[in-house]
Amino acid sequence: MFWTTPEFPVVVKALNEGFLVTLQLFFVTIIGAVPLGLIISFGSMSRWAPLRRPVRWALARKGRKPGRVAKALSAFRPISLICRLVVWAIRGTPLILQIIALFYVPGMLDLFTWGGGESSRFAAVAVAFIINYACYFSEIYRGGIQSVPVGQQEAGQVLGMTRTQIFFKVTLLQMIKRIVPPMSNEIITLVKDTSLARAISLKEVIWVAESFMKGNQGISGLLWPLFFVAVYYLVFSGVVTLLLGRLEKKLAYFQ
Amino acid sequence: MAILEVHNIEKHFGPTRVLEDISFALEKGQALAIIGSSGSGKTTLLRCLNFLETPDKGRIVVGGETLFDAEGPNSRKEQDIRRKRLHFGLVFQSFNLFPQYTALQNVTLASQLLAKERPDFKQNKKQIFAQIEEEGRELLERMGLANRAGHYPSQLSGGQQQRVAIARALALKPDILCFDEPTSALDPELTGEVLKVIRGLADQHTTMIIVTHEMAFARDVADQVMFMDRGLIVEQGPARQVIENPREERTRQFLARYH
Ligand SMILES: Nc1ncnc2c1ncn2[C@@H]1O[C@H](COP(=O)(O)OP(=O)(O)OP(=O)(O)O)[C@@H](O)[C@H]1O
Ligand SMILES: [Mg+2]
Repeated sequence: MFWTTPEFPVVVKALNEGFLVTLQLFFVTIIGAVPLGLIISFGSMSRWAPLRRPVRWALARKGRKPGRVAKALSAFRPISLICRLVVWAIRGTPLILQIIALFYVPGMLDLFTWGGGESSRFAAVAVAFIINYACYFSEIYRGGIQSVPVGQQEAGQVLGMTRTQIFFKVTLLQMIKRIVPPMSNEIITLVKDTSLARAISLKEVIWVAESFMKGNQGISGLLWPLFFVAVYYLVFSGVVTLLLGRLEKKLAYFQ
Repeated sequence: MAILEVHNIEKHFGPTRVLEDISFALEKGQALAIIGSSGSGKTTLLRCLNFLETPDKGRIVVGGETLFDAEGPNSRKEQDIRRKRLHFGLVFQSFNLFPQYTALQNVTLASQLLAKERPDFKQNKKQIFAQIEEEGRELLERMGLANRAGHYPSQLSGGQQQRVAIARALALKPDILCFDEPTSALDPELTGEVLKVIRGLADQHTTMIIVTHEMAFARDVADQVMFMDRGLIVEQGPARQVIENPREERTRQFLARYH
């Protein structure tokens, strides 16, 4: 069997190193996308409408009732619009395209280059992943925030709490409870999505496994490393599922 | 002197006028019941008083201090609105308890947060929190919930939840406590326990505004009754007189549906 072959220890050592890169990408994405997603979700819920006042003022001065154009201008909410456009573009295109575009396009446009080393590849991939996952998370957050009844916020207001206090002391935990199940799905998907990083030859675990088919350290034509990698993913997603399940249980004490 | 004076409040939602020329006064220690059919603007009035809605016209004066004047310069600063809100308490129809907190925590949360703004908070934190908890427990006891302090809202009946909500509103010692149909969301057999608590508050001369569909309760517990219809105050007077002997034909028609 393959684990008795002399190549086995060499391959496993290389796979371990590859999986370390996978793990790094996973955690960097989580750390970056969880807060960025919150910012994007607030952005897409922003009610800032800079034209509302001038329009109202202009109408009042002329003593006219608002028409179609005036209503459209008053409803123009640039921050919300930009955020929702970005989310649409990111969710509407494959992550693999975003990785490739982010890595090559800045250089093609003479803006900047990521450089060629492994660490710069990692940086580019990490940025692509963080943006992509932040957009998915932002939609989950938005659903979570909007699913908390307004009455909760109003109860806080009536009790003299500030908006910040209401968010952190009243809404946040209820929102977390509601978003844990959909977030769990995304996070499990992320475990597997990390393998898309090989599109720009980041040496994550699948890339390493494939290399033993094509030729690496004098070893080539091996198929088993690719399948063996499944064990890594299964163990890791198992641990993640367990932890998220525990969080879900922890939040089950209230409804 | 009246603790609350409301002058000529008017409120629109888009083109529809929901409140029209609402004026009334409330004496300290008195209870005012507001009755009226669905959509007559009762909830909106309470929401205006609690700064959840901004009236388009009119003034709100509490204890001689003008809290709101549609003509005047109104601060939209959160800090100022918060301070004004504290003159009022509001008990919602659907309780709106915080599900992740126990009954006691629901009652003490806002007081704890407010205490953090006290200059002596850092030195006396332990004492202040102990006192807040003590007061919270006393309030729950007054509501007949001494043995439910550690329960979460989902573990309580509707009537118990509403009594926690009343304790929560009382904890901040508002000048005027408002109730928006406090028993409408309850099963009939649970309304009694909540009404009893409110009756107790009236006996202790808590200044209250109670929107209700319980006519007998309004008659027996309130000092004044106000009948609203389509955003207008149609009739206002001593409770017994308005309920038993209304002057206005519209009030009579409305009350006839409750007998
Ligand atoms: N946020 C809002 N936007 C638009 N219209 C509203 C809003 N809130 C209330 N209204 C309208 O204002 C009118 C008065 O509503 P309100 O809730 O104050 O009535 P109410 O007397 O409390 O009725 P009920 O007995 O059913 O509770 C209704 O016609 C209602 O549809
Ligand atoms: Mg109402």
